[in-house]
Amino acid sequence: MSLLSIKDLKVSFKTRRGVVQAVRGISLEVGKGEIVGIVGESGSGKSVTSYALMRLLDRGGTISGGDLAYGGIDLKAARESTMRDLRGREISMIFQNPRAALNPIRKVGHQIEDVLRRHAKATRWTARAEAIKAMEAVRIADAGKRYDAYPFELSGGMCQRVVIAIALACDPRLLIADEPTTGLDITTQKAVMDLIADLITERGMSALVITHDLGLAAQYCKRIVVMKDGEIVEEGPSARIFAAPRHDYTRKLVDATPRAGVSVRDLLLPDQRTALPALPKAEAPLLQVNNLCKTFQGKSGPVHAVRDISFSVKKGQSVGLVGESGCGKSTTSSILVRLADPTSGEILFNGEDLAKIPARSFAGDPRRAAIQMVFQDATDSFNPRHTARHSIAEPLARLARLSRKERRQRVGELADLVGLPQTLLDRFPHQLSGGQKARVGIARAIALDPEFLILDEPTAALDVSIQAIVLNLLVDLRARLGISYLFVSHDLHVVRLLCDEVIVMKDGQIVERGASDEVMTDPAHPYTRTLLSAAPQPPTLISSAVRATE
Amino acid sequence: MTDAVSNSSALNRTDGALAHFIYVLKSNPVTMLAFAMFAVLIAVGILGPAIAPYDPLASNAARALEPPSWQHWFGTDNLGRDVFSRVIVATRLDLAISVAAVALSFVVGSLLGSIAGYWGGWLDAVLNRVFDTIMAFPLFVLAMGIVAALGNTVENIVYATAVINIPFYARLVRAEVNIRREAGFAQAAKLSGNSDIRVLALHIFPNALPPMMVQVSLNLGWAMLNAAGLSFIGLGVRPPTAEWGIMVAEGANFIVSGEWWLAFFPGLALMFAVFTFNLLGDGLRDIVDPRQRS
Repeated sequence: MSLLSIKDLKVSFKTRRGVVQAVRGISLEVGKGEIVGIVGESGSGKSVTSYALMRLLDRGGTISGGDLAYGGIDLKAARESTMRDLRGREISMIFQNPRAALNPIRKVGHQIEDVLRRHAKATRWTARAEAIKAMEAVRIADAGKRYDAYPFELSGGMCQRVVIAIALACDPRLLIADEPTTGLDITTQKAVMDLIADLITERGMSALVITHDLGLAAQYCKRIVVMKDGEIVEEGPSARIFAAPRHDYTRKLVDATPRAGVSVRDLLLPDQRTALPALPKAEAPLLQVNNLCKTFQGKSGPVHAVRDISFSVKKGQSVGLVGESGCGKSTTSSILVRLADPTSGEILFNGEDLAKIPARSFAGDPRRAAIQMVFQDATDSFNPRHTARHSIAEPLARLARLSRKERRQRVGELADLVGLPQTLLDRFPHQLSGGQKARVGIARAIALDPEFLILDEPTAALDVSIQAIVLNLLVDLRARLGISYLFVSHDLHVVRLLCDEVIVMKDGQIVERGASDEVMTDPAHPYTRTLLSAAPQPPTLISSAVRATE
Repeated sequence: MTDAVSNSSALNRTDGALAHFIYVLKSNPVTMLAFAMFAVLIAVGILGPAIAPYDPLASNAARALEPPSWQHWFGTDNLGRDVFSRVIVATRLDLAISVAAVALSFVVGSLLGSIAGYWGGWLDAVLNRVFDTIMAFPLFVLAMGIVAALGNTVENIVYATAVINIPFYARLVRAEVNIRREAGFAQAAKLSGNSDIRVLALHIFPNALPPMMVQVSLNLGWAMLNAAGLSFIGLGVRPPTAEWGIMVAEGANFIVSGEWWLAFFPGLALMFAVFTFNLLGDGLRDIVDPRQRS
């Protein structure tokens, strides 16, 4: 007898353009003590399924068919008051963005008390002690003191622990974790996932882990369900899904996941795997950074974001800059792209020191066109009032001073170069998908044929299959245009695919550098080893070459 | 792929500013009504003297204080002037005063607010305290003081109304600019070779327009009431010029004796105009917001 049983569930949403079927008849069983992973890319309906279970669908969303049963209770027909009793006590949920899930103006301890008292697990007099116990259960050190903290005073990982404490405070039997580690650093992700896994086993709960990361699901779940366009395309034990995916889509997902021992082409579909282009030989130095420092004046004294780093990038070379949030990699990249001024140090670009020119007047500098950047958040990096064409043409108009006709032609060329259909050029950013926006961002950055391009996690917000395509595009562009890259990322596996050399940063300092394959296979610094081991390890990986010969 | 092509050709058709305007009107009947009322106001403002049946200044003592009739739709006033003609002719002046005042405070407020929001620092602090000081006064009394000090003319009513409105625009723009100062698209614009001033004027400020439009439209109504109020207490527009505020003020003396139409119809016109502007806000915002296009 399974704890949760979903039969032919259908969920539809009413929108301006008519009814949209978000979930089209999925069936799923979760047994007692079982951890099931739901994997899919954005828009696959995986989150909607979990919201439907909790009956927390947005306005306009309805369960239009099928059955939902939890331990004999019909969730579809249950009254709202029954659902309120179930939520938190029987079925709990961990949300995607822990900071948004917590009330910013209330102490975290009080927020844990709320759920305890709602389900009569504590009284006014025992609530504080119970809440602290719940915080200790999720291994928050010094729980008595953290009880009085506000969400903004805690790190992302700590906030997620509080959210987990709230979810588990009343000993639910089923836990739904919706992308529980998105936006967390890779080491924090590991800590949080290990914690969730331990607690689930300790308490004998069942869990539904919803994620876009096949590797993560495979490591923590026994069984995986792969969803696409509101349907389940494949279901099976994790090891089998990875070793021998049966459905084409699953195979595409498995292949697109960056992992050790493959080239960037192996992420693509088999028929798209052309030979890697010959990359330019890196010889002459292009950029030389000497003793770069950046200190911010914080409220509690100076904050040393970048402490005396030196490195160099050769012409045509691709260098990876890896580290977790707060390591100074973003500060470094915004100094290099001359949007911020360093406190001290030299930035020699073709032998001339750029650090001498203040960032505010660099926009008018002749070398502005030579150093460009692809931003992390594609949505945020486009003016919402400008069409894609306008955004790509902007640098051409300002820096290259091309006429309107020349601009139009060049934008067309650039769109072809990055593989963006010309028909999309007249759309506004909100009318483009994530992958299309990434292409527009790259087209804009390479519009002026820069010598040096900083890529600030350009694929962090993309689905793995789109990420695979964008990474390949970047490799091709580098080969074709001979641009040098500084690829900023938190993911060593992605960096390895694209970079000849890698620099690992921690607390504003460079802890390790070297050829990327060497750093990956034989890391010298313990921090690099931690980073590598924290990345989810899919169970067994048959290399795609082997599978292709089958 | 064919799907994308047909999509985008459909998109191109609705892409023009006019098409988008029509789309907004169609999707919201209230906006449609507001724009229709606005069109009536504008038409009356432009055509004013041409469509008025009588000379608004011509007095006729023989027909003084007549109630509404087929000849004089809104009746006649104590000098025998046709109230309907005066209400119609007054539209141009009232619209001009409020539009000029709002335009002035929009421009000055946007400028000061953008500077304060983008550069911050001591400039921001000083400007904010100045705005605080202006807002600390009872605004109508401040406007009275300004008109009394500068002299009793229509231009000074415009200036006074503009001055007391500037802080509201500046505050709004400052907040909107401030949250976008570090936005990715502002940084991207700098990478494209835009100077700070260009980034502010061409990239950040236009994104503050949608909330500004709501403010502008509500403010138009408010400015009109303010100007009428100043005229009502005898500042600004002087008799015998036709202006709704004065007409209400003059008519008020006759309400007690039963000649209600003198104050009622200009008051109704004023209400119609203010109501129109209040309704207009949401529609204007939808029109200037590209995210409403789909």
